[in-house]
Amino acid sequence: MARVFLASGLRDFTGGATEVEVDAPTVRELIAGLDEKFPGLGERLSSGTAVAIDGEIMNDADYLPVPPQAEVHFLPPLSGG
Amino acid sequence: MTATTAATNGYKWVGTRPVRHDGLDKVTGRARFGADLALPGMLTGAVLRSPHAHARIVSIDVSAAERMDGVKAVVTGADLPELESEAGSGGEAEVNFRDLSRNVMARDKVLYAGHPVAAVAAVTRQEATAAAEAIRVEYEVLPHVLTVDEAMAPGAPLLHDDLFTKGAEPPAEEPSNIASRYFYEHGDKEAGFAGAEVVVEREFTTKAVHQGYIEPHAVVADTGEDGRSTVWCSSQGHFAVRSMTAKVIGWEPSRIKVIPAEIGGGFGGKTTIYLEPLAVLLSQRAGRPVKLVMSREEVFTATGPTSGTRIRVKAAAARDGKLTAATAWLAYEAGAFPGSPVGPGGMCVFAPYEIPNVRVEGWDVVTNTPKVAAYRAPGAPMASFAAETVLDEIARELEMDPIDLRLANAVAEGAQSTYGPKIRVVGCRETLQAIKDHPHYRAPLQPGQGRGVATGFWFNIGGDSSATVHVNEDGTASVMTGSPDIGGSRASQALMAAEELGIDVGLIRPSVADTESVGYTDMTGGSRVAFATGMAVVEACRKVVAELRSRAAKMWGAEPEEVEWVDGSAQHVSGAQPPLTLAELAGVSSRTGGPVTASAALNARGAGAAYSTQLCDVEVDRETGAVKVLRYTTAQDAGRAIHPSYVEGQMQGGVAQGIGWALNEEYIFDRSGRMENPGFLDYRMPVASDLPMIDTVVVEVPNPRHPYGVRGVGEVGIVPPLAAVANAVFDATGRRFRDLPMSPPRVLAALDEAGAVGAMGA
Repeated sequence: MARVFLASGLRDFTGGATEVEVDAPTVRELIAGLDEKFPGLGERLSSGTAVAIDGEIMNDADYLPVPPQAEVHFLPPLSGG
Repeated sequence: MTATTAATNGYKWVGTRPVRHDGLDKVTGRARFGADLALPGMLTGAVLRSPHAHARIVSIDVSAAERMDGVKAVVTGADLPELESEAGSGGEAEVNFRDLSRNVMARDKVLYAGHPVAAVAAVTRQEATAAAEAIRVEYEVLPHVLTVDEAMAPGAPLLHDDLFTKGAEPPAEEPSNIASRYFYEHGDKEAGFAGAEVVVEREFTTKAVHQGYIEPHAVVADTGEDGRSTVWCSSQGHFAVRSMTAKVIGWEPSRIKVIPAEIGGGFGGKTTIYLEPLAVLLSQRAGRPVKLVMSREEVFTATGPTSGTRIRVKAAAARDGKLTAATAWLAYEAGAFPGSPVGPGGMCVFAPYEIPNVRVEGWDVVTNTPKVAAYRAPGAPMASFAAETVLDEIARELEMDPIDLRLANAVAEGAQSTYGPKIRVVGCRETLQAIKDHPHYRAPLQPGQGRGVATGFWFNIGGDSSATVHVNEDGTASVMTGSPDIGGSRASQALMAAEELGIDVGLIRPSVADTESVGYTDMTGGSRVAFATGMAVVEACRKVVAELRSRAAKMWGAEPEEVEWVDGSAQHVSGAQPPLTLAELAGVSSRTGGPVTASAALNARGAGAAYSTQLCDVEVDRETGAVKVLRYTTAQDAGRAIHPSYVEGQMQGGVAQGIGWALNEEYIFDRSGRMENPGFLDYRMPVASDLPMIDTVVVEVPNPRHPYGVRGVGEVGIVPPLAAVANAVFDATGRRFRDLPMSPPRVLAALDEAGAVGAMGA
């Protein structure tokens, strides 16, 4: 099970929960799993966010694998100058 | 830990300093920048811009302009499609296309002085300018807001009636100028503050500053009868120019081909579009090519600066210097449309350190000023200015060496970051130690001089990149990428290709290909090109080598597994065959299967974060208030310096821009909201005579996710200078400057106020 950490702005969806466990092989399925537990969260996470898996931050990560014990964070999307 | 060289890092080419492949063209003036192109029958365009900071457009009458001599086309906002408010990809960054379109050309309201209202194409520049001035626009002038303080005040005039704060708690029920709220916390900040030895809380402001690239925005568009357009322009990403332009004018992207010109600086400011859709539409209407080139005044008043800010930081430390808690409140000007870099600012504010209790709250605030654009490590320098100044105060309170304080808290692999995820392999501590070990740190100062230190962080990104490598019949190799070369990236791609192919770097021909000649590539931004496009080049080269081994095997009647690639030659593992060089294999490629070429396209993962620690000595002229930077040393983790000269150049460039931000640069507006200093005489950027040689220490903690260990180097260098200079000015004068810039009038007033002139000695 991946441990998903939710920033404060997402806690409205989770009833205040800051950390949840989700069993999903990819980021896309992890988001779907979160949406199943917390309706509306999936749509919020599907665009306009980056994801960090074990500290590696990525945009457009839908089909990337999520290791079983991974630590997952959702962050604002990153770009740069 | 200075940069390794090829002699010591195990590579033949990586880490060497050859003359850049595009260098001769640039120093002889042969290189073609955006404004250099001229086509037969080409028209010249001009843009009419709003004189008001905020006004409703009552009417636009272009009839007189259309009748003028030489005028071939006029466009206004009515000629652009109305787009839904929709976030989409405009490169590597998210873009709201409705806002983008309305920034390219105003519709019902103008939102800043400089906002485009109409555009004209005519035979001569004089005719185009005269026609633009003949367009009659009736405005209903509205009250305006220029700063976050004005925009967030109760009852402030609203830019957008439909703007409700995203992320507000409780949800926003009324529109405001606050577009969104960024919020992050972990731990128990109150407990962290309660048990601390020292707590410092301060407030800071910074002004909007421009990226200040030398080359103004310029474009030529040639739209044909077939409904397709070819666009030449300088940008940080021609694929993004294609997709954004197509969206704004309602075309399919494939109808537009963008050919990248050389670029005379961007620093983030050329990651969006301004003129391109207007040039395409004017060309379509006129049936002739159209060129648009901004004046310097237009660059200042209509293209993105970065945000002015107000920031409050509170931080606490135990007796041993361990930080126990930190909070930050950040408000960033977005300009006319949402999208300031307050999110990354909030993520970066404490990022060099491991702090158990953190709370960060940020506000994205629209103002009647030009829409901000990315600027080198967007959002981080202002946040770092606040945090690193507070850390300097804490170090003094604890009577600790400022680097020791930072080393006591610096992140290393496995630490929890102050923005959430765990830290991977980074070189934060190494940059601090490099400065502490540098002779500069122990060099004596004279009376009236001061020394400051600061550390900064930037994420760096990966993203989409493509590369194609052709082996030519003369034994050279062409390397084509889709990444505009701003900082010497042709040279770094060529060095990696030379290393992979085993041939002299002078035999590599790197080029930046147009949108129809190479695969999609994200912008040159986010310090991503040496990392991400470099990975694509390496992958394409490895495919080429595999093919060359296969060709040699065919010639020898062997299996490819029996062939090795050593130092630019195919060699049979048995030694039974004489080696075949790349040139020899290229010369017979038609007989062995045809031309040897390979491409690679990828979304690069595993960008390595960057850290920089910087040391600044200053002297303050007590009669004029002028701050002179006497000596400056910067240490930065490059992962691996592919071409050390260009790594050092990026480090020095970031420092130079950061010093300008600290000391002189600012947008100054009059009461009506017009910029008063839209030129380099009055908008004071540092020139060579203002700065000392900036000493560089290239630290190399390789990024394990890149074949050569590369981290991006383009951005983090601008993060620490604001605080490094301010801390040095305090050391020299005993006065804390928490409002930038520290321009001579402000410094003099502060010194006079404190009576510091006498205290410093005559």
